[in-house]
Amino acid sequence: MAPEGHGDVAPEGRDDTPPEGHATLEVLYFAWVRERIGLSRERVVTAALTVADLIAELGLRDARYAAAFADTRALRVALDQQLAEFDASLKGVREVAFFPPMTGG
Amino acid sequence: MQVMVRAEPFDPGAELARLTEGAGPGAGALVTFTGLVRNDGGLAAMEIEHYPGMTERAIRAVADQAITRWALLGGLILHRYGRLLPGEPIMMVATLAAHRAEAFASADFLMDYLKSRAPFWKKEIGEDGAAWVEAKAHDEAALARWDAPASPAQAVKAGS
Repeated sequence: MAPEGHGDVAPEGRDDTPPEGHATLEVLYFAWVRERIGLSRERVVTAALTVADLIAELGLRDARYAAAFADTRALRVALDQQLAEFDASLKGVREVAFFPPMTGG
Repeated sequence: MQVMVRAEPFDPGAELARLTEGAGPGAGALVTFTGLVRNDGGLAAMEIEHYPGMTERAIRAVADQAITRWALLGGLILHRYGRLLPGEPIMMVATLAAHRAEAFASADFLMDYLKSRAPFWKKEIGEDGAAWVEAKAHDEAALARWDAPASPAQAVKAGS
């Protein structure tokens, strides 16, 4: 998405459009999920069709991600700030958040 | 109903006074709950993390449910995040209705939802280190009781 005022010419060598069949997601991590991965958020380009696919993909990155996603029963997910199931589709989703069960109140 | 999610400490008494003064005609009942950081020996502080954006939306959604379901006349949901000390108020819920049955029931409902469906995560900081508080099965189970339709007896009581 080109910022306004920059005309038709894309910055040299850069194109933010994801590859065919991929989408760009903002992924957020909270509580011990954030601590295990070492990030509170990151931009992810992925071909994952569901939350479960995305978890499988992220879990393969390194030991920190594997530790965070080791037990999905201990995790919850929100898509565009709405709680969702792990088999939910990622189609049209912009923001994915992973966190433990909430402990508010 | 006002929803406030913030780091700053609050004074439950002052909030209640404000609600009482602002209660319109027809308001006969004001119920409130305040959650405190329990002063368990060894607790130095509690840190509460939250999901900015989703927190306000989720609380607003459950507040709207309560207003509709119990015909509330007003109220307040206030929840802090950040670093809190033992004894400090964490959050409060206040509900204003014509009669006490609605005010009590809606406050109870809101608390059950805030325990399990408001995106906050608590971490207890002690002398020996820190540990994330785990969600309790009974808090999750408490949500189910609100799915059952009101019994005829409850409906009659609510109208009294």
